[in-house]
Amino acid sequence: MMLIHDYGALFLRGLAVTIALSVVSWILAFVVGIVLTVVRMTRVKLLEWTVTAFIEYERNVPPLVHIFLWYFGVSGLLPQGLQDWANANHGEYCFAAIAIALYYGAYIAEDIRSGLRSIPQGQHAAARAVGLSYMASMRWIILPQALRTAIPPLVSGSVLLVKTTSLAMVVGALELTYVTKDIASKTFKTFEAYGISTALYVLLAFTLLMLGAWLARRVRIPGR
Amino acid sequence: MLDIVREYWLLLLVGSYPNGPLGGVAATLLLSVIGIGCAFPLSVLLALAQLSPIAAFRYPAIGIRYLVRSVPLVMLIFGAYFMIPALIGRSVTGFTTMAVTLVVFQAVYLAEIVRAGIESVPKGQTQAAAALGMGYGLRMRKIVLPQALHNMLPSMVGQFVTTIKDTSLGYVIGVQELTYSANQVNNALLTQPFQVFFVLSLVYFIVCFSLTQAARHLEARIEKKRARPLRLQVIP
Repeated sequence: MMLIHDYGALFLRGLAVTIALSVVSWILAFVVGIVLTVVRMTRVKLLEWTVTAFIEYERNVPPLVHIFLWYFGVSGLLPQGLQDWANANHGEYCFAAIAIALYYGAYIAEDIRSGLRSIPQGQHAAARAVGLSYMASMRWIILPQALRTAIPPLVSGSVLLVKTTSLAMVVGALELTYVTKDIASKTFKTFEAYGISTALYVLLAFTLLMLGAWLARRVRIPGR
Repeated sequence: MLDIVREYWLLLLVGSYPNGPLGGVAATLLLSVIGIGCAFPLSVLLALAQLSPIAAFRYPAIGIRYLVRSVPLVMLIFGAYFMIPALIGRSVTGFTTMAVTLVVFQAVYLAEIVRAGIESVPKGQTQAAAALGMGYGLRMRKIVLPQALHNMLPSMVGQFVTTIKDTSLGYVIGVQELTYSANQVNNALLTQPFQVFFVLSLVYFIVCFSLTQAARHLEARIEKKRARPLRLQVIP
């Protein structure tokens, strides 16, 4: 295990980048998901249709292609000032994060929607009947139930998101997979290098699954 | 954008074939079909092992599931790219590496679907079959699996779409598929990266979206069929 001694710090740095990239993309993805959900609930046909088209587009194109489109394509359309800034400040992380966030934002929007759909219409009608406004009924009756149902798909989506950040390596982000490949080709200790980062990824996924299980237990409605 | 399509449609469709290896959409679809086709029998075995009452089958199968599901596909691809030649002692093409990795990866994910399908078949079916004196193999083959497979058809089409999206990762080890072809186009043009990659995303979208729609259609049909009341046939 000389590898850990010599390259342990590098592995950890890769892990840190993976975690940072995941956290940023996750937060952005959630914002995107919530915005999409809210826009879709406005009941304006054109907006609804646009959101649906966007979600289908995001979900039916590989994340790698999204990353390429943002990193090579969209970056070139930006004004020169922004382009220079991106080149100077590791634009690859930003564009990868945006691409991943939009991709998973579409999934999150769908998860929230199926959570909302799982709540019977009667709940909303009853809330309105006892005098709650639309917003209040959403806030106190519908969302607390819908978000609970959405927890399991959201957790597995989060695990997928962490794994997808590995694609940022193709545009040169120095995350765990990039670092592993680098170390493996430098030292020729392929098996050990991939073993170590596999263990790290398993650890990450397990932590997330545990957190998800804890959250689901924490907010469980007693008696259900 | 249209001129890119007009100029390079053949490259995007079949790569440099027949003067070189097959590429483009054709290679992407071929890889996906191999991936899902070979993964399917494996996934049934994995699912049966995961549900097996024998611990010696169950625990390794569950271990594989957790291991493969928590590692990114790119890492598996790189791992296979370096490991397969070391294991078999000769070099293999990127296409083969990609196909092998996809089969292993998709088998684990498909096994989840198969497992859910098997669990969705009512317990009474197994019990009734057992009461008729059927053994485990016969029961699975004739009673449980046919019903389970029918129920999971839509999810399997969904997994096929995921596989098509996953083949794009073959790009990282130089497999000549659709994403690779698009990069060739981009390198030839140099000036229109947005247009090239947008066309690329549209091609993926057309292929994947039509399959997604087919899956939804299928799901609705199966749902309708299940909602229909059971007709008992009276045999005179």
